[in-house]
Amino acid sequence: MIPARHSFLEATARARVRGLLDAGSFREFCGPAQRRTSPHLPALGMPVAFDDGIVVGEGTIEGRPVLIAAQEGAFMGGAVGEVHGAKLTGLLERALDTRPDAVVLLLDSGGVRLHEANAGLIAMGEIQRAVFDARAAGIEVIAVIGGRNGCYGGTSIVARSCDRIIASEEGRLSVSGPEVIEAVEGIEEFDAQDRALVWRTMGAKHRRLTGEIDEIVADDIDAFRSAVAAVLGAPRPFDLDALEAEHARLAGRVARFKGAKDAREIWAALGVNDPDRVSDIEADEFNRLVAVLEGDRP
Amino acid sequence: MDVSTHSVRGDWNSLARNYDARLARGLALAGGKVIPSPQTTALMEAVIEPGDRICIEGNNQKHADFLSRALAEVDPAKVHGLHVVQSNIALAPHLDIFESGIARRLDFCYAGPQGLRLAQLVKAGKVEVGAIHTYLELYSRYFADLTPRVSLIAAEAADRDGNLYTGPNTEDTPAIVEATAFRSGVLIAQVNRIVDKVPRVDVPGDWVSFVVEAPKPHYIEPIFTRDPGAITDIQVLMAMMVIRGIYEKYGVTRLNHGIGFDTAAIELILPTYAEELGLRGKICRYMSVNPCPTLIPAIESGFIEAIHCAGSELGMERYVSERSDVFFIGRDGTMRSNRVFCQLAGHYADLFIGSTLQIDLEGNSSTATHARMTGFGGAPNFGSESRGRRHGSPAWLRAGQEAHRQGMPRGRKLVVQMVETFKEGLAPTFVERLDAWELMDTFDMPLPPVMVYGDDLTHIVTEEGIANLLLCDSLAERAQAIRGVAGYTEVGRKRDRQMVEKLRARGAILYPEDIGVDKRLASRDLLAARSIKDLVRWSEGLYAPPARFKNW
Amino acid sequence: MERLEFRFAGRPGTPLSADGEALVGVVGSGNLEVMIERADLGGACEASVDTSIHGFGDTWQQVIGDFVERRGLANIRLSINDGGATPAVVMLRLDQAWAGLGEKAP
Repeated sequence: MIPARHSFLEATARARVRGLLDAGSFREFCGPAQRRTSPHLPALGMPVAFDDGIVVGEGTIEGRPVLIAAQEGAFMGGAVGEVHGAKLTGLLERALDTRPDAVVLLLDSGGVRLHEANAGLIAMGEIQRAVFDARAAGIEVIAVIGGRNGCYGGTSIVARSCDRIIASEEGRLSVSGPEVIEAVEGIEEFDAQDRALVWRTMGAKHRRLTGEIDEIVADDIDAFRSAVAAVLGAPRPFDLDALEAEHARLAGRVARFKGAKDAREIWAALGVNDPDRVSDIEADEFNRLVAVLEGDRP
Repeated sequence: MDVSTHSVRGDWNSLARNYDARLARGLALAGGKVIPSPQTTALMEAVIEPGDRICIEGNNQKHADFLSRALAEVDPAKVHGLHVVQSNIALAPHLDIFESGIARRLDFCYAGPQGLRLAQLVKAGKVEVGAIHTYLELYSRYFADLTPRVSLIAAEAADRDGNLYTGPNTEDTPAIVEATAFRSGVLIAQVNRIVDKVPRVDVPGDWVSFVVEAPKPHYIEPIFTRDPGAITDIQVLMAMMVIRGIYEKYGVTRLNHGIGFDTAAIELILPTYAEELGLRGKICRYMSVNPCPTLIPAIESGFIEAIHCAGSELGMERYVSERSDVFFIGRDGTMRSNRVFCQLAGHYADLFIGSTLQIDLEGNSSTATHARMTGFGGAPNFGSESRGRRHGSPAWLRAGQEAHRQGMPRGRKLVVQMVETFKEGLAPTFVERLDAWELMDTFDMPLPPVMVYGDDLTHIVTEEGIANLLLCDSLAERAQAIRGVAGYTEVGRKRDRQMVEKLRARGAILYPEDIGVDKRLASRDLLAARSIKDLVRWSEGLYAPPARFKNW
Repeated sequence: MERLEFRFAGRPGTPLSADGEALVGVVGSGNLEVMIERADLGGACEASVDTSIHGFGDTWQQVIGDFVERRGLANIRLSINDGGATPAVVMLRLDQAWAGLGEKAP
């Protein structure tokens, strides 16, 4: 038998929220009964969702107050439309008033909802500004990635604007999606059907090894919950020094790996002895590997 | 009366002499048994004669793709009017040779992705269809009137004497080789590599005429991999009904599963649901089926004890090799599959279960859809009563008691279709008249292409319940039993509620509550593996899924 | 899109005993979301369906009607956004929605 898990990947947005928060603590804002649905989709003959594909509200994790949002990846690929975006922005702005221990964003999205592109693009900017406002006020914002859609487009920029990112190995993080890259650069450059390639280029393990994601957990809601709980109330510095340090880190990374043709070359350069195995190892073994690599660093 | 005692013909070895002539022409060109790949088309022009019957090995998975492309490049002035006799039409060159006139007549079994183009070529008069067969029928005719003069086959490796190693994808090769080699036919094999010594001899070298090392390994399609992530709660419910209402009731131990998500759901709840019912060792012990990855948890948990495979499956090679108590493994440590033997074992098993696109009120089912010519494959032989069977088994005898309530006692094979009442897009599975009738007219077929005939079928399982057709005494009752499980389809809504209740009282219709199936348990939580990654975990890392199925 | 509205007699005259709502399912291909709410409808039940597949009004009426009858419902409003679910999935979600409402009963 293999251990029974409560898969984050398989769960709906509502089930993820229930699983992450203390039992019975969730209070939803703008819930489905209020029917704040997309004003754009009916005009295009598309079905709406009563919550416009996002659940927002407040609750507690191990007794500590948090605001939480969860994108529903099964509705339009978790894409951000006008109402969806406004709910997320409103939640982040609320944090300035209620000052929770963290705002937790469960992201599962391809980016902007193309059916309401202008409104969605504006929403992305508003969300990012609201993340920064919260962080500037000393409130931690945590991104969690482990859904089927990964975290792409504007949503990926939002994720990287947060204090930290926690992801399962099934998670992906990238601005452009595999199909977009294939369409623009050609199949020789990037074969979107080659899922092993997709994951080792955009997958959470690669992003962890290159420093964009902070922690990898197994695809298990309890594992996500523990990982979030462990970092609650520990915002990262959000000032010019931090920004310049990050710029310097990224510049150094480009210089170091710009000749690499494949993620495995980068992993090898980072000191991974058997890069071919990285994709197949479980989260705990992967984290031991990362610990060794980071311990080795000067 | 002057009775002649003379022989009706003076020449009894013309085929063999013709073979010798062909071989001599080929050797003159190639200089030996192993030919360089650039000369392949020239070799074909030398050894193939106009009007030849030819087999281009193309199975569900393994394809002689290099030889198929080489054949498509021969000069139609030299090679033309071929009669293609092969199981699967799957690659573009399989049909290119009809467009260019290299081939004219076609006997085949299955044309999945090429079905639409094949239909167009038939309409345009470019393909003259002899017949659409099942695998067993076509290979049987190889040993009667459709023996190939030339067969182009695929193997993993060859030595310089032409001994072939097929690897786990042995599949149809033995049947093709047997018929061709022993009736003076030419055998050309493409191999992935030429070696000094093959790991095992699947085909002896003296049966093989020519060997060519293909520039690229032969194409293999992973067509039996079903991602557990796509199995629905409804399919779990149907799987629970199959286990309680059929496997447990009859004590089914020897069986064949289809390859869809419905049957994958059954496999994946054996270690959970069936285990809790105490059915390990009592059901699902011996299977005739490809090494589908979704079987791994049922093997690991001790349900399935032995599996014989028609073919292999990409990524399963190491797992299968490491489970030699379960699979048929050569002394070299790799599996040997064999489509014909697997079909035979499945035909004489206690049960077949599969899925289909349409079922009519007699229980006839068809996967035919408009505008495509897809064919039969292996399901009709798996999914038919084995009237020649004589040996008893508990499941066969129990079903026989229901089927033959008077007169001579007989056994009965269980033939089950497992379908949802509606498919995606709300197309009803249950219909008054199969699309197969229109297809017959469109393509001028002798009969509507029916996959499983109603009188072979014993049970229909839907999300509504089970129709046990063995307990129906008339066609009218059978129709009502089918309507009784047809849900909200037009067919289902026309049910006679009184008659349905009568049939239910008799056990000819069983709803979940009648067989102790708790619908509230019907969720994906019951699946022993809910993702490809879970299958890898169950296999202890031995299963190596193809990249397209990974999400890590 | 097609909008369908149904009203079922339910159990006429039943007073509203509690309120609350539950949402189950997700709008996606072959799937749907069902919101179930208690509302004072004089014992009747109402359903509104927005579906991406046209021409199945009779089927919807029958599926939801069977659900209302089987559960003996009164004062229930059902609101459905549908991405082309089969009746089997619809019935499953209706049952789940009813169970979800029960969890929230006072």
